[in-house]
Amino acid sequence: MSVPLPTFHNRGDRAYRVTLTGLAALLPLLLVVVGAELAVRAWPSIHRFGFNFLWTGRWDPVTEVYGAGPLIFGTLVSSLLALLLAVPLALGVAIFLTEFAPKWLRRPVAFLVELLAAVPSVVYGVWGIFVLIPFLRGHVVPGLKAVLGWSPFFSGVFYGNSMLAGGIILAIMIVPYIAAVSREVLLAVPGSQREAALGLGATRWEAVWSAVLPYGRAGVIGAVMLGLGRALGETMAVTMVIGNRHDIGASLLQPGYTMAAALANEFSEATTGMYLAALFEVGLLLFVITVTVNALARLLVWRVARGGSAGSRAL
Amino acid sequence: MSARAIRRRILSAAMTGLVGVLCAAAVLPLVLIFADLLHKGATSIDWNFFVRTPVPIGQSGGGVAHAIVGSAIIVGTACLIGLPIGIGAGIYLAEYGTGRLGWTVRFVADVLNGTPSIVIGILAWTWFVRPVGHFSALAASVALAMLMVPMVARTTEEMVRLVPHSLREAALALGYPRWRTSLQVVVRTAVAGIVTGALVAVARIAGETAPLLFTALGNLNFSLSLGHPMQALPLQIFTYATGPFEEWHRLAWASALVLMALVLLLAMAARWATRQRYGTR
Amino acid sequence: MAPADAPARLATQRLTALFDRTVAVREISLLFPANTVTAIIGPSGCGKSTFLRCLNRMHELSEGGWITGRVLLDDVDVYGGTVDPVAVRRRIGMVFQRPTPFPTMSIHDNVAAGLRVNGRLPGAAVTTAVERALRQAALWDEVHDRLNSSALALSGGQQQRLCIARALAPQPEVLLLDEPTGSLDPAGTQRIEELCHDLKRRYTIVIVTHNLQQAARVSDYTAFFYLGKLVEVGRTAELFTRPAREETEAYLTGRFG
Repeated sequence: MSVPLPTFHNRGDRAYRVTLTGLAALLPLLLVVVGAELAVRAWPSIHRFGFNFLWTGRWDPVTEVYGAGPLIFGTLVSSLLALLLAVPLALGVAIFLTEFAPKWLRRPVAFLVELLAAVPSVVYGVWGIFVLIPFLRGHVVPGLKAVLGWSPFFSGVFYGNSMLAGGIILAIMIVPYIAAVSREVLLAVPGSQREAALGLGATRWEAVWSAVLPYGRAGVIGAVMLGLGRALGETMAVTMVIGNRHDIGASLLQPGYTMAAALANEFSEATTGMYLAALFEVGLLLFVITVTVNALARLLVWRVARGGSAGSRAL
Repeated sequence: MSARAIRRRILSAAMTGLVGVLCAAAVLPLVLIFADLLHKGATSIDWNFFVRTPVPIGQSGGGVAHAIVGSAIIVGTACLIGLPIGIGAGIYLAEYGTGRLGWTVRFVADVLNGTPSIVIGILAWTWFVRPVGHFSALAASVALAMLMVPMVARTTEEMVRLVPHSLREAALALGYPRWRTSLQVVVRTAVAGIVTGALVAVARIAGETAPLLFTALGNLNFSLSLGHPMQALPLQIFTYATGPFEEWHRLAWASALVLMALVLLLAMAARWATRQRYGTR
Repeated sequence: MAPADAPARLATQRLTALFDRTVAVREISLLFPANTVTAIIGPSGCGKSTFLRCLNRMHELSEGGWITGRVLLDDVDVYGGTVDPVAVRRRIGMVFQRPTPFPTMSIHDNVAAGLRVNGRLPGAAVTTAVERALRQAALWDEVHDRLNSSALALSGGQQQRLCIARALAPQPEVLLLDEPTGSLDPAGTQRIEELCHDLKRRYTIVIVTHNLQQAARVSDYTAFFYLGKLVEVGRTAELFTRPAREETEAYLTGRFG
């Protein structure tokens, strides 16, 4: 005789589960609704400019012609520059804290790095405007121009607000995210991997380089992508130091613009329907790009640190 | 030792040193930022700074009382909206989240965690500002609530999962229905952790600026009405820092110091709440 | 099979417990006479804990857990269609291997937990019931002056007796003990064993243990499980001195398990 087992024993259980399920279901719903809303609002622009929107550079509210090329370019360049600077630092933090740091140093340093993530974006902006940019102007850019001035990447006059400043600020901001997730990934590497390498006569560095890092590679790549997702969508600090000009130029010393910054600056100024639609399309692009990057990153991180706890910490 | 072995040892020592240096370099900006905040901000902070509202351009003095109160109202309202949803979703993930919906919610929460806050700001504008025709603090609160839900959901889930399975069984064996087991034993045991998660989320949204730009907008005057524009500390900092006046820049540093202190205070409170859980009773 | 010199309180009929498609316990029919202690012994993985968890419908809460057969409590099938499993668990108390005091509750609230969930009781009734349960669990003298302090401040043995008190407070009819001394020191173990003797005057007790001496000391009847099956059951004294089956003798003499 088989006994049918009721899942719900009384009304309280059912009400509880239904309530919680309803609350949880709001999250996927929010994701879908946000995407749909942005797409609907952006439609006039998508319809009018088509794919040209992605690579043309004219942004003219007077003649109602919009192209987000410089915004996309600026977003990618500033984020890649940030990754270039942040990844070595963050991996340094993660490797140092999991493999080399003396025990007493691990917690305080990890705490300091976490604090970096707690600093509000706008505070980074203030620091960027009043400390970083003067420092770059006075001490870094003259040196850069002396050594690399011949290359297109460091040509032109440095006005302060620039792709370079944006990239550096972004790098500082994403270091803690990449470091925290990489650290969790490296911690999830079984000790046996390390010991096996050491047992074969590897030095400590060789054990890290040949056993630990390859084992956690997918997770570390995921961590870097999480950082990239942050950088792509970061708004305030970038807006405050990048210069906000619709231009595509090779030089990092020149002002640039990002999608998020354009939204921050121009959204409340958008008076006509097409202007607004163009900005919504920028928002839609930003949304789709960051969701994609984040989704891929999560899948990579989850694959390494099972259970999905790694990187979920709301820093 | 052979030359090769010596080389390998040197390489190992050099790389150990290098990661140490990289780590120090990563922490350096934090030290610099804190030093600058204290150095440039502290001198401008006095009693008036906390209790006065801004004075006309050209005069010196004035404060950010309206922004501090505004931030508290906006963030508080966001908590009222966001915490129940986030905590509920988190409990769902921990209690029933083994199936397909659970996976989806978990995944979406992590993805939403990385969604640019400016996009959420635009949505809040579309839903709550455009239809009524004017900016409002409530729209800002909703935007911040949307940002905090995924964070709170994930930390709540983790904390509830930490409660030993044996406690749940003990309650069920006593004749607790599932929902009471969950609420009165499991969630109650995880409360300290959930509070920690909530505080971390509050610290994070308290510093958010982008979603406030076209929702709360900012306000030079004292306002307590959720239905109208309201000033918030991050917005005030943005305005002051990007403005042309020396006096404003001074106030920007001071406000940034206050905001940073508030955020740190919340982070400390979060740590303290966690320590209560693991410490002796 | 089982002796029938006392009125049956709890019985199983061809009880089979499964995890999805895997059978953990096969076709067990047993009687647990009222006011007796029955010990279930057997090597790890023989299904004795799973069997115990079927008696108060805890098994179905495990991932994939379900059963066939019947469990009769005073001749009513606790798996009957109209029976609320929550009500079953209120009539059949259970204590686990590791002490599980609720960490957020005081000693008093821990004991009262099962009372409160059964409906609103006047404060005085709760106080009386808590004291009675603590006395029955032989813990009253040690904690009566600190009922409002945290249950986590107690020693392991005290915590386990607190859990027994908590199970007793709602006045169940049957008490299931799942290796109740598994995580205790010898002194704590002895207290619990003495308790079993006192408690069987009021309750029907089923105790799962891997400790043969314990089974011999506390129980009236002993059932030997092996590989998910009931090998033998009988009066404890008889089973230990003259086991009828070869496997039982092998286990009792330590040849496996």
